[in-house]
Amino acid sequence: MGEMVTIGRRSFLKYTAAAGGGLLIGFSLPARASQIGMEPAAAEFAPNAWIRVSPDNVVTLMVASSEMGQGVMTAIPMLAADEMDADWSRVRIETAPAAREYFNPLIGQQLTGGSTAVRAFWMPVRQAGAAARAMLIEAAAATWAVPAAQCHTDNGTVVHRASGRKLSYGALADKAAALPVPKSVVLKEPSEFRLIGTPVARVDTPAKVAGKAVFGQDVRLSGMLTALVLRCPVFGGRLAGFDAAAARAVPGVRAVFAIESGVAVVAEGFWSAKTGRDALRARWDEGANAALSSAVIKRRFEEAARRPGAVARNVGNAGAAEASSTTRLDAIYEVPFLAHACMEPMNCTADVRPDRCDVWVPTQAQTGAQRTAAAITGLPEGRVMIHTTFLGGGFGRRSEQDFVSEAVQISKTVRAPVKLLWTREDDMQHDFYRPATYNVLSAGIGGRGALLSWRHHIVGPSIFARVFPKSIKNGIDPTSVEGAANLPYAVPNIHVTYVLDDPGVPVGFWRSVGSSQNAFVTECFLDEVAHATGRDPYQMRRALLNKHPRHLAVLDLAARQAGWGRPLPPGRHHGIAVAGSFGSYVAEVAEVSISAHGGVRVHRVVCAVDCGMVVNPDTVKAQMESGIVYGLSAALADEITIKDGRVQQSNFNDYPVLRMDSMPEIEVHIVRSAEPPGGIGEPGTPPIAPAVANAVFAATGRPIRRLPIRIA
Amino acid sequence: MIQLYVNGSRHSLDVDPSTPLLWILRDTLGLTGTKYGCGIAACGACTVHVDGQALRSCVTPVSSVEGKHVTTIEGLSDDGGHPVQQAWVAEEVPQCGFCQSGQIMAAVALLAGNPRPTDADIEDAMSGIICRCGTYQRIRRAIRRAAQSMAREA
Repeated sequence: MGEMVTIGRRSFLKYTAAAGGGLLIGFSLPARASQIGMEPAAAEFAPNAWIRVSPDNVVTLMVASSEMGQGVMTAIPMLAADEMDADWSRVRIETAPAAREYFNPLIGQQLTGGSTAVRAFWMPVRQAGAAARAMLIEAAAATWAVPAAQCHTDNGTVVHRASGRKLSYGALADKAAALPVPKSVVLKEPSEFRLIGTPVARVDTPAKVAGKAVFGQDVRLSGMLTALVLRCPVFGGRLAGFDAAAARAVPGVRAVFAIESGVAVVAEGFWSAKTGRDALRARWDEGANAALSSAVIKRRFEEAARRPGAVARNVGNAGAAEASSTTRLDAIYEVPFLAHACMEPMNCTADVRPDRCDVWVPTQAQTGAQRTAAAITGLPEGRVMIHTTFLGGGFGRRSEQDFVSEAVQISKTVRAPVKLLWTREDDMQHDFYRPATYNVLSAGIGGRGALLSWRHHIVGPSIFARVFPKSIKNGIDPTSVEGAANLPYAVPNIHVTYVLDDPGVPVGFWRSVGSSQNAFVTECFLDEVAHATGRDPYQMRRALLNKHPRHLAVLDLAARQAGWGRPLPPGRHHGIAVAGSFGSYVAEVAEVSISAHGGVRVHRVVCAVDCGMVVNPDTVKAQMESGIVYGLSAALADEITIKDGRVQQSNFNDYPVLRMDSMPEIEVHIVRSAEPPGGIGEPGTPPIAPAVANAVFAATGRPIRRLPIRIA
Repeated sequence: MIQLYVNGSRHSLDVDPSTPLLWILRDTLGLTGTKYGCGIAACGACTVHVDGQALRSCVTPVSSVEGKHVTTIEGLSDDGGHPVQQAWVAEEVPQCGFCQSGQIMAAVALLAGNPRPTDADIEDAMSGIICRCGTYQRIRRAIRRAAQSMAREA
């Protein structure tokens, strides 16, 4: 029998007959303390409303998470449909509005991030499905005047075993709607799953191959205008004045005015808005960052690194161990700022009216969008309707509110629906960047090559300082040290410290956040230790992971599948790395060659992932492929540099990302696991940069201590 | 007035002739399947066919396609039934999906001119179109699958 889950009576908040005589059902569960370091909401009961069954047998399942490519629009409904034994071919999927019922219990607001969607909704959505199933059984049993225990469900019908009678869910909807919600439900055992764990086809694919999927960019409303904004090129600069005459003279331009972030040009379409913006003359007070440059930032970090820093982890006494070690290794590791470069540049469409505000937006953060629009319009949150479109990539960038704020301000001013579009250049130069960091590493090595001590001193700006300042405890931004403080290796003396130093470049969540850089730093420095002590990097990791079976299992699987240690074709080299992040464990082996002029070519990547119980194996594979490609661009090419307070890169010509001609063959192997689900959107990214860099190290004998990889 | 044919329909447009074809398609004609990604022909999200050839509509002034036949993703099939679209479904190519109209249009143009492309041909034809979700491996497989199914139908 399945797992029994008790649901308190008071926690049930919503249960009404849906329009047309359906069954609407939901439960609430207390928000849990954050597992990802994000600010949890106060201990509150957040109601969920996930399922509608209509008399025509259509089962409507809600998705509260944003579909940005990670397959959540398929995965979450699979959870409900499986538990309620719905007929998947009759399931209709609906994107949820912004509402408290749909708060992500791990985050405390409606936000898709931190690879939490399946982790957060695994229990509540399954419970909602199981309760629906129990009520449909009870309705059928009452109809037939038989005990409920004699009935079971089968793909959208309730069946009475003894008599062979059947009733469809649609036929039972009315009756089930009148029943009380059970106080507890029985969840399926994993062996009873019909959908969970199978490669169910993504529900969004047909629309996406037909060009019919509506992204934010594609929203069209009657009477809608298009806006572009001219922003100060220098971070933190302010508008000092502008001359709008030439812009206003452009045919199609309707209005030019200042908003918080710059000057808005509102026109009949993109091209007139763009032509108008090009004609606009603005003067800026460039402020304190006018002279900021990458060189200045590097010097700042070097100076800040002399400060002791807040202690993120301290095991044993690294200083004393270093003093008694026979060899000490020292290294400086650096990673650059990175743009997200979502394929769809930022955009938002807003229609502000006196009594309500509608926002159509590709957002990861519905609650934030609702609050942003409410604050600007003065409307209560309940009068702000957030319509989440498909997201043309998110990667953390779309958890921000800057583009929502601009669109709402502009619509409020012109009193018409307005689609705010960002150009690619706007998107590249006004991002919240992956933090650049400067890392001082030292390792103490004993007489027989034992790794005695590990010190990692991180300097960099903080994401939480801006978005969740209360979550910075004792000087530690958990996102700055994730992937470093949780070093899994059995080293007797570990000291990880952090100096928060903000040079003025806005920073934000970027796919896999702190682990995107700290896995590179720690996994590459570990290879330096292996090299210095004459050990095989895979075998050394094995020896140090004896207390971390899940890391070890993916490491072994990746090494075995890649043929680690077997001879490679001439000029090819292997590098390996492993990282745990967002509740999952991933190891990757990269096979690399280096051209005569120092170009790094990645031929093959073998990935092993343990993400606990798998909802959709094809989606897990796709997300590993995706995370690897995203991380490969960063490892091989990407870097945002600053000069005169401005971002120097502007588009894909100077921020080159991986294209098909550089695409390695990627193989993904999934570890069978009965553990609760882990994340999949991000964990594929952290190991790839170090796996590639370690392969380059193996090829050249010179460690790679800076990204992107450049071979001198 | 500029005349052109889009997905078989003739349009006479009173527009600024320097306007890129992309914005005529998206803003004037409401065909939003073709995407804006970069505006400098660097990402390929805006790829359409002009007289059967793949072309980056974001840098193509509408005046330069006067009298020509433009095909967008919407004109490829009524119901997503083109063999390339079906191959995309079978290989579960799309993730976020934003680039896929451009990817599919480029692949269709490739296969029209080269029904049995080598891996190198595929790379040459497809490397102009960026996918930040990293679906390239599946795109390769889908193009091979489409080539096979089109060869069977031929």
